[in-house]
Amino acid sequence: MDKFGFTISKGRQIDYDANNRHIAEYIFERETSFRLCIECGCCSATCTTGNFTRFSLRELQILIKRGENDQVRENIKKCMLCGKCTLVCPRGVNTRNVVTLAREAFQKEVKNAV
Amino acid sequence: MQFDLFVIPFNIGLYFILLYAVARSVRWFMDLSRPDKLRLQRGFFGRSFGQSIREIFLESLIHRKILKANFRLGYMHMSLAFGWFLLILFGTIEADFFGEKHLNAPYKAIFFKFFNPDHGRFGFEAVYSFWMDFLLAFILSGLLLAIIKRFSSKVVGMKKTTRLKPLDKVALTSLWLIFPSRLIAESLTSGAYETGSFLTGSLGSLLASFLPVHQLAYPFWWLYSLSLGTFFILLPLTRYMHIPTELFLIFARNSGIKTGDQSGAFKEIQTYSCSSCGICIDACQLNFSAGITNIQSAYLLKGIRNNENVRDIANNCLMCSRCDEKCPVGIELTPIRMINRRAGGTIGVEKNILKKYFPDRQKIVPAKSNGQPAYDWLPVAEPEKTDVLYFAGCMTHLTPAIKNSMVKILNASGVRYNFIDENGGVCCGRPLMLAGQDKEARELINYNSQLIWKSGAHTLVTSCPICYKIFKESYYLDVEVLHHTQFIKMLIEDGSLKLNFLRRNVVYHTPCELGRGSGVYSEPKEVLRYVARLQKTDFDDENSLCCGGSLGNMKISYQKKSKIAHDAVLELTKGNPDILATSCPLCKKTFAAATKTKVADISEIVAEAIALPKSGKKIPEKTFSVKEPANA
Repeated sequence: MDKFGFTISKGRQIDYDANNRHIAEYIFERETSFRLCIECGCCSATCTTGNFTRFSLRELQILIKRGENDQVRENIKKCMLCGKCTLVCPRGVNTRNVVTLAREAFQKEVKNAV
Repeated sequence: MQFDLFVIPFNIGLYFILLYAVARSVRWFMDLSRPDKLRLQRGFFGRSFGQSIREIFLESLIHRKILKANFRLGYMHMSLAFGWFLLILFGTIEADFFGEKHLNAPYKAIFFKFFNPDHGRFGFEAVYSFWMDFLLAFILSGLLLAIIKRFSSKVVGMKKTTRLKPLDKVALTSLWLIFPSRLIAESLTSGAYETGSFLTGSLGSLLASFLPVHQLAYPFWWLYSLSLGTFFILLPLTRYMHIPTELFLIFARNSGIKTGDQSGAFKEIQTYSCSSCGICIDACQLNFSAGITNIQSAYLLKGIRNNENVRDIANNCLMCSRCDEKCPVGIELTPIRMINRRAGGTIGVEKNILKKYFPDRQKIVPAKSNGQPAYDWLPVAEPEKTDVLYFAGCMTHLTPAIKNSMVKILNASGVRYNFIDENGGVCCGRPLMLAGQDKEARELINYNSQLIWKSGAHTLVTSCPICYKIFKESYYLDVEVLHHTQFIKMLIEDGSLKLNFLRRNVVYHTPCELGRGSGVYSEPKEVLRYVARLQKTDFDDENSLCCGGSLGNMKISYQKKSKIAHDAVLELTKGNPDILATSCPLCKKTFAAATKTKVADISEIVAEAIALPKSGKKIPEKTFSVKEPANA
């Protein structure tokens, strides 16, 4: 059936019961500075990867904390770990370690270890 | 035939350790790769043999490097190693010369006094026993230092001493017992027979005045033999394994074997060569600035030896290589740490005591990836053809003053160049490598290599020592890779850059990746001498400090990083310089946040000093008008 370009948009509420917060907890446990993030977006502004493609660490951090991991799983690989975000972060979040831990957690998730 | 039951523990220990050392060496040799085997054979039967023997004498016995770094600690090691060696050597000669026959079993030399209690009364014999007493006193003085060091490490000028595990403590106690028990056993025997020189003789006659020395001597000879035997049997399980291993290491290293980036026999040899002397702990800024005391290289190697999970230790390090530079054994600590960073899973702890004597070969299983490329979305770029490529690097884009200065310098020198990542480039891959993700790093390396290759340049200039190191080591490029300080020096020397002298006092901070990492020390300082007065600091060249901002450390918190930066900057600005110069954008950024002194990259100082051209040289139009990249 033709939709004439219109669709009914999906529900946008954040359902913490249905979401999987394991990844966020895995990171919180190992990198306490993850809690300090104020989602200001400096990391995304300076990002080397963000220069080439739609990659925003700010967005990914929010999604991880919400537990909406599907989008993060694919995108987190794009980070080049260059460390500019760590340097510009006004809150001193160790963003490089957050990304590394997130990758680690997704790898372990495959083996049901998280 | 002179024999007594008490020599049995010593004999068992001695023959065990000799056989064990041979068996272990054979296994290490078999585990070496084929080219390394050939290297070792050539080194052993070749010219480097003499060099190795010399090094064994200077480092394993005299401990020259430790003596230079810290005299009291060096004396402690020297008196135990060299003193014990001399005691064995002259003991053997003594037994051969004065004993019942020539070519004796080793125990006759070690327990010479027991079997020849009348020896050493007159003439040459007395002189000889004076010498033997002197050697024993030499060892005992070092032993005294060692015992004091255990309780207060400051006595030997160390801030920290290594923590031990239980088995180490047993071995340490037996080592400590060897020489006092020898002293007492010899003294008691001397007291009974009225022989002995200044040490054993006087102590013997003193003890004989109120003790039944005849009956007491025998148990102490047993104690002496037992402590020797225990020490030899436990040696392979403890850090004292470094004594035989270091000999193998010296031969292997002098034959040209390198750690490389693979786990293997040479890495294993190096981990066993560590004596846990603790010099790396004292050199580590994480220890003396940030108060992190459990991750230093001595603990890393100990963890590897004991098959523990060293993941956290390996990742919590600035990778500044200060410990590499200080290590008296010359173990390649940072490459070993890199190998362990690449390790994926954990390794189980071995409980079986027999397994501990012959542990499994150290296998590093690389972290599994799903095989899909992570950066295949990178756009294919077509750079224009040029002579010189300028690659600023990610960090330089965070410090625009450096890249603007570089553009000014490049324009003023009139070289044909292309600013390849003017609008933001791809990371060089070193940060990924430092995080142990080699496969991903390889993708970026391939991407950048193609870019550089397509441009047809013959020189690649970079402003970032992190990029410089990986361009030099892990890219297989047909171009000359230069750090911008080297390039500027070249420009000054061939006359294409005319500079004024700025009347400023400058101190230079050597970045870790450029100095210890890549061995570039002199060029930056020579460039600085052209334009300013260079002051000396306590931390020049190989001894330079890390700024604390290093990408090497995945774990450290922001607060500890800035503590390291503050401490380092205090040391560097002691002479009140006008400018704290460095050649790394990351160091610049870290230091600028920690001090009121002006922090500048060398390129900025040089750009400021550029003399205006009087005539002749044509300057391209785009001089001094640098476009800010859109998204950096």
